[in-house]
Parts: sequence; structure tokens; C-alpha cells
Amino acid sequence: MNDLKQIAKTIRRDIIEMIYAAGSGHPGGSLSLADIFAVLYFGQMRHDPKDPAMPDRDRLILSKGHAAPVLYSALARSGYFDPEYLKTLRKTDSFLEGHPAMKTHGVEVGTGSLGQGLSVGCGLALSFKKRKTLQKVFVILGDGELQEGQNWEAFMFAGHNRLNNLIAVIDLNDLQIDGKVTEVNSIEPVADKIRAFNWNFMVIDGHDIPQIKTAFEKAAASDKPFAVIAKTVKGKGVSFMENRAEWHGKALNKEDYEKAMAELL
Amino acid sequence: MNGHDKIANRFGYSDALLDLIAEDNNVIVLDADLAKSTTTSRIKDKFHNNFIDVGIAEQNLVGIAAGLALNGHIPFASTYAAFIAGRAFDQIRTTVCYSNLNVKLAGMHTGITVGADGPTHQMLEDIALMRVLPNMVILNPCDANEAYNATLAAYKHKGPVYIRFVREATPVLTSREDEFIIGKAKVVRQGKDITVVTSGQILAIVLDSAGMLEKEGYDIEVINVHTIKPLDVKCLSESVKKTGKLLIVDEHQIHGGLGTAVFEALTLENVHYKAGIIAVNDTFLTSGPHDELLEKYGFSVEAISEKVKSFFLYHTL
Repeated sequence: MNDLKQIAKTIRRDIIEMIYAAGSGHPGGSLSLADIFAVLYFGQMRHDPKDPAMPDRDRLILSKGHAAPVLYSALARSGYFDPEYLKTLRKTDSFLEGHPAMKTHGVEVGTGSLGQGLSVGCGLALSFKKRKTLQKVFVILGDGELQEGQNWEAFMFAGHNRLNNLIAVIDLNDLQIDGKVTEVNSIEPVADKIRAFNWNFMVIDGHDIPQIKTAFEKAAASDKPFAVIAKTVKGKGVSFMENRAEWHGKALNKEDYEKAMAELL
Repeated sequence: MNGHDKIANRFGYSDALLDLIAEDNNVIVLDADLAKSTTTSRIKDKFHNNFIDVGIAEQNLVGIAAGLALNGHIPFASTYAAFIAGRAFDQIRTTVCYSNLNVKLAGMHTGITVGADGPTHQMLEDIALMRVLPNMVILNPCDANEAYNATLAAYKHKGPVYIRFVREATPVLTSREDEFIIGKAKVVRQGKDITVVTSGQILAIVLDSAGMLEKEGYDIEVINVHTIKPLDVKCLSESVKKTGKLLIVDEHQIHGGLGTAVFEALTLENVHYKAGIIAVNDTFLTSGPHDELLEKYGFSVEAISEKVKSFFLYHTL
């Protein structure tokens, strides 16, 4: 458990380092996912960093592609590539694009235009069912992202087809670029909506590692597709970023960087 | 098969899918509540496990196809062209083409001849939309047999392919035994006076027109560009170098369609020629019976013949 906490902290430090080095990027929605990614890539998911194309691996789709830094850090720290490369984020000729792309080992599909990942997850889950394998698909969604209508086409399809190998993680930090999700165009009551689409779900504190683990255990035993509704804090771990919409897509200056890294010791 | 038989080319699509699935269980056919129209209901009836109806949800249709392709299935996503190329454009661009996924897209009921359904369903912009996407291949078969061959070729090709079909029964001009190579255009009639370039169902009308013009002393070369992307620039350029005259007949908006593709390509080829185009002139059309619409908007034997003749007004044959 302490290990996972430590890993989450390392991921947060990487996020800050990467975005500072890049001079642009999305710290807020990356930091809110650090604990969940620590659990997924260090124990929960079946995968092999030395064999990114392992046929029977679980798949993760980062539908909220702007949180690429949290994914890249989890991939690097679990062994897909040397963490030294993280500093090349968003640089010309780097394999670390601003949003996830197939050129990075461990990225399953390119994402960045919001609302598309859950449909791809449905296709993968269906493909696993057809091949009668026990693989799972994890799709990471933002809460603001649920304003995209395509998600609800996918929720409906997955519920109708009982894709119980599909797990959606909703990063419920209640912030999007223009402000609070509940004020811009509320998605609440999100749990009721998801239940109405014939999914099971669990609402958790997305920064509490035991709760995250429990949610994935419940998901594994579910007879329906499963949503982990993770209440999170945008910018979690860096006091001056926490719950601040302006840190959705803003780079850090030197002073911000030093302050943030001091808090993440 | 000969020019007297008429079959809608979408049946060539489902014929090919039935043959493919019999050989390869990885082929999955998807539809969005139009399985009767697209003819994929034939797959549903015979190979239930290889068929998925996602309902009226085209964005999800393309995303699900992408997910299937990521695990080695070969999805053929089928619905009206207006809804797949139009409504799901961003899904095709960002999920399918950016990741270069092995997804096949069938755009049905393209062009003018959706007939009475009117402008909402007359897809005249799909070539323009699909053509600008990196990694995308575009096939526009002229009849049911070429549609069959195009579908087999799409299956063999690794990467995204968009295939266009039409609703109406059209003359059968080709045979299933004919060679079909993606990116290789076909000179279907040799001539020395003018090159007429077309694809899809309009080929039959162009050939009739060429036959009529022959009686008046014009020697027409007709090229069937069944692959709009990648374009067979060599074939086009050689023909136009020979004839010096080029007429494009394209059942699509004038902007961004076959004409744009051919003119763009020839610009870089240092070919000098006199050019003309028959296409839909930047407008939405109307409802109506398909033969009347073809006539009204210039896709008739007479209109094509007249346009060809206009090239020769100041020349002696």
C-alpha cells in the first residue's frame, strides 16, 4: 500500500517535471488520476511492459487524452520505456505526443478528441467476448467529457450487450476548462444515469488506494459493465493547483515548478 | 453478365462479405439500423455471430469498429454515407485514421440517386471528406461485380478503407473475374480525341455517351477511376498527354471530389490540356425519381455528349 502511495507521488512528480519541461500541457486532470494509475499499472492490470503487444493483456484507453502525462509516467515507471524520455513530452520528434498516440509503447489507441474512447472500449470488450478470453478493458473518462453525446451511445451499447469486461473510470473532479462541471452543464446525477443504462457502479474517493482497489475487485465480479465513479481533486497534491480550473491546461513557470516539487517530496 | 442486367452494387458488397466470412471468422459486419437497405441483413441471417447492429448511433458504430480492429477482428461498418462520412467524421479522422486502424467503412446510398429521400440523404460530399484524411483509401465501384471485387480488395488491404455504394440497380459492366487492384485505374474504352474520367454508377452513362459520340466521329477514351485515393496518376497523365482534353464526370459536389483530385494530381505532372467537369455545382439538390434527377443535374447521355462536343467547337477533327 505504501508502495502504491509512493508510486503515485512519483507519478505526480513526473507530471510536474514533464509539463514544466514541455512548457505546456494539462497538469490538473493528470494529477487527479495519479492514484488510480498507480493501482492500475502496478498490480491491477494484466500487462507486460517488456511485451507491449502481449495478446492476452488487459487494455487501457485514456479517453480524456489530455491527461497524457499521467499515462506516460505510469508507462515509463512500470517499464515500457526509460523515464528519461518523459522530459521530451510535446517536443518535435519525441514519441510522447501532446495527446496519446500509437507511436508510444503501451498506448493502445490515439485519443484527444473527447468522447470517443468508451466506444472503442466497447469494440474491444466485444472482441474479447467473441474470442472467449478473460481480458478486461479500462476506459478513463473525464467528468466534463461526459457532456459528449457519443459516451451515452456507448453506455447504452455496453449495457445492452452486458459487456461486463468493460470498466469505465470517471475522474469526477468537477472542473472543466470553463469552470465547474456542475455550473457549465451538469452531468449529475451521474450515478443514476449510469445505472439507468444497465451498468453497475461504485462511488469512491479516487485518492484512497484501498477504495480504488475495492472498486476494481467489485468490477471484476460484476455481471454488467462497471463504472468506477472516482471523486477526485483536480490538481491533487499541489496545493495551489487543487480545485482550480485555470490549472486545466496551463504550464508552470520556474517558481510554480519549484513550489510544486517541494510539496511533492 | 452483360450491360442489360441491372443490380444495385450494394448487393456486391454483401455477396463479398458472405464469401469472406465463410473463409475468415474474423470478419465482423456492423450496421446502424439500416441492415435491410445496406443489404447486411443477409449477413445477419446467415452468420448471426459475425453481425452487430449498434442501433442509430453512427459515432459509436465507428468507435466499436475501431475497438474490434484493435484486437485483430476485421470490421466492416455499414450505413448510409451521409451518416458515416458526415456524422462520424471526427471518429473516422481521430480514432480510425490517426491510429491507422484496419477498419472498413461502407457508405451506402451515395450521390444523387437516393432519389425521393432528398438532400438530407443525398451524400455528395463524402469523397471530399474522406480524401483529406491521411491513411484513407477510397473505392467507388461502378457496378455490383466491381463492388464485390472492391470489398475483397478492402479486406486484403491493411488500414482504413471507405467504399461508396448506390441505392439504385445499375447496369452490370464488369465481371467478378476482372482484375481489381487498389490504386490502378482502368481504361475501359480506348480513344484518341478526349479523355473522359469517371467512377461509380455514372460510368454506364458515360459509356453510352461514348458509344453515341462514336457514331458522330468522336473517338473517346474512358477511364474508370474505381480508386479515388490513391489516385492512378500515371494512367491519367498518359491518357491526357495523348488526347490533350479531359472531361471529368463526377456524381459529387464540384469542390473536393474526383475532379479536384485529378486536377490536383495533373498539376504536378506538367501535362497541358483543355479541361471540363460535370459535377454538382455547389448546391443542395431536390427530391425526385432518380432518372429525372440524373437528367436534371447533367448526368445524362445527352448532357455528357454535348459537353464533349463543346471541346471541339473551334477544332477540326
